[in-house]
Amino acid sequence: MPRLPALLIATALLTAALPARSDDWLEFRGPGGASRVKEGSLPVELSAADVRWSADLPGRGLSGVLVVGDRAFVTTSDGPTQDRLHLVCLSTSTGKILWDRQVWATGRTMCHSKTSVAAPTPCSDGKRVYAIFSSNDLVCFDLDGNLQWLRGITYDYPNVSNSLGMASSLLVTADTVIVPVENDSESYSLGIDAATGVNRWRLDRPKGANWTSPVILAPGLVALQSKTGIEAIRATDGSTAWSYTDGADTVSSSALADGILYVPSNGITALTLDPADPAKQPTQAWRENTLSPATASCVVAGDALYTINGAGVLTAGDRATGKRRWQLRIEGPYSGTPVTDGKHLWAVNEAGLVRVVELGEKEGKVVATLDLGDEILCSPAAADGALYVRSNTKLHKIGR
Amino acid sequence: MVSHHRFLGAVALLLSLPSGGVAVASPITDALPVIRAVDHEGKGNAAAAKAWSVIAAADASALPDILAGMDGANPIAANWLRSAIDAVVTKAGGNARLPVDSLVRFLAETKHDPRARRLAFDLVRGADAARADKLLDGMVEDPSVELRRDAVAKVIARADALKTGEKKEEALVAYQKAFSASRNVEQIQALATTIRELGGTVDLTGHFGFLRGWQIVGPFDNTDGKGFATVYPPEETLDLSAALDGKEGKVSWQPVETADEYGVVNVNLSYPPPAPPADAKPADSDSKEGLKGVIAYAVTEFVSAEDRPAEIRLGTKNAWKIWLNGSPVFEREEYHRGMEIDQYRMPVTLRKGPNTILIKVCQDEQRRPWTTEWEFQLRVCDEVGTAIHPLGGPDSVAK
Repeated sequence: MPRLPALLIATALLTAALPARSDDWLEFRGPGGASRVKEGSLPVELSAADVRWSADLPGRGLSGVLVVGDRAFVTTSDGPTQDRLHLVCLSTSTGKILWDRQVWATGRTMCHSKTSVAAPTPCSDGKRVYAIFSSNDLVCFDLDGNLQWLRGITYDYPNVSNSLGMASSLLVTADTVIVPVENDSESYSLGIDAATGVNRWRLDRPKGANWTSPVILAPGLVALQSKTGIEAIRATDGSTAWSYTDGADTVSSSALADGILYVPSNGITALTLDPADPAKQPTQAWRENTLSPATASCVVAGDALYTINGAGVLTAGDRATGKRRWQLRIEGPYSGTPVTDGKHLWAVNEAGLVRVVELGEKEGKVVATLDLGDEILCSPAAADGALYVRSNTKLHKIGR
Repeated sequence: MVSHHRFLGAVALLLSLPSGGVAVASPITDALPVIRAVDHEGKGNAAAAKAWSVIAAADASALPDILAGMDGANPIAANWLRSAIDAVVTKAGGNARLPVDSLVRFLAETKHDPRARRLAFDLVRGADAARADKLLDGMVEDPSVELRRDAVAKVIARADALKTGEKKEEALVAYQKAFSASRNVEQIQALATTIRELGGTVDLTGHFGFLRGWQIVGPFDNTDGKGFATVYPPEETLDLSAALDGKEGKVSWQPVETADEYGVVNVNLSYPPPAPPADAKPADSDSKEGLKGVIAYAVTEFVSAEDRPAEIRLGTKNAWKIWLNGSPVFEREEYHRGMEIDQYRMPVTLRKGPNTILIKVCQDEQRRPWTTEWEFQLRVCDEVGTAIHPLGGPDSVAK
């Protein structure tokens, strides 16, 4: 083996990804889908100077951003038929693109003009990044951009598609990637071996368009949401642990916080998991039909939960009872789910206005606004003291 | 902490860098077949991951060979190679250090996979934009749809300049040339508008190859969506003279010829709902005219000049099934999620002489403003999108 200059070796080591940290943002809406961050971890006062960088993206999309260590990951699509699918890795400190890997769509790319082929948010286990697109092309790269495996779910099962576009995001737990590809025709959720990309299981799911995303209830236990309700699935074999059958929304997703699953069902229905065994049938804590999330999912922090309805009204509900506490009009519409630390809430509307809402016991108050001047349809990610939001052209880092 | 595996990868990367001064052979010959062996449901993934590392570590001079590895590969294998090329280019230090001459030679050979050639073009463009732009001049009839699209865009740009310069007749000739060459739907539609504004004529139906003439029968029952799976008589025997048991009584085949230039066959026009009684209350504001919970079949005869591969391309927002010469081609049970030209592409083999194309078009029971349509548009073309016309011309079908 030839001797390598020490400087080159050092450079190579530095360009390798750093390992994941505890406050990484590894999935759609963060841990449990609760969109919750550590109290005081995000800036409350916002100005244009807080936009640390805005990076040009190679294509469009509305998927959320992942943050793993010092790297941010985002998907895009481009080309005349949006069939060039990108997974892009950027430096969180500079916004520089570190690598960009492309594949071609093997499934259909047709979708509604408001959404995108790059709609589902990827996920990571801190070692690899898993990304799926509306065409149901599924890829797995390590953090340095080395392909581990890929699949074409519509190539495998030709009627898995939605002419309006697919949008359900991925999860990974128990070394299994949870891949919901539910639609009107050939409707499945799959559990795929995270290391090899082969099926562990494939479940027939209710036929019907479904844009909701799953939630990890406990390591190896996942909640799948559909129009029929919630199915708790064991990730390793796809077996059903329990079912909730009172129906659920097919757009906004459930959120888990402190052992309670908040399901967009008849308003919001709170299901308390058995703390000793979350695989046991949960009990219904309350149901409140005045809490009505629209596209954005509910968020949970402190002793309250928050929803934004189709009119752009933010509603605070009591976590113990579901009863409405207060409402505040924050001009919408909102496609993305806000994040909260329990004291404040950061919401980004489709016009690109970032609002910071102070969350009181009796009222909410907008305390800061930042205009990104960019259409934002994604749910923000939050990590290391910053918000990450992307548009069809840019990824913005706001905060530290 | 950096893993051992990652460290070795970084060393391999450095060894192959020009600045490292050490040349590394590209043993991709053994790796390519491993990648090409991947298939459905992750078959071959584990071996392919190792082969991918070998290919990704190759020198940029191997790019034409990697691109050629896509020839005849299934789309999953092509994607493994596609992402490896990104890694090779990154490692090479960007497009400026790529073997442009050999990429141009690869691009010139139209036998290669169209998407691989498009990728080669993009690599050349990244290194030498002017050279790539010049190459487009010879690509207006290229088998790569995207290369052809960009070549046609150059023709359009020249036509636009002529139009701006008040040379309208020359501009019209150029636009007509662009229209004739284009296989991109948006480009074709924009060109048709421009040509008509300049007083020219276009035949959109013929250009796309939409089939206008059909025989149609219905309605059959699709209450609760059960008709999608129900085998009605047209799926068993095609007797265009037979009276069949429909949803509300006997039904018979009738000829239909759509006047829509995009070939849209509006089934609602063949089976309008009965007129409401005089004392009926005003309809629900959400409801629209049209039968609900029904099914129709449409059939046409397509006379092919030869045995040949082709594509049937369909657009519809209704659930549907298609048969070619009595054999099922594809089916999809989805209602009212959208419709566009070439929404579904189905590779088929036409046989010389008459070919029967049968489509089942299902309407559900939703009553919303966006659930009224009961329609389809269908064309026959090659894989590039060039229309294949039946013998006797586009209107010679539906006997």
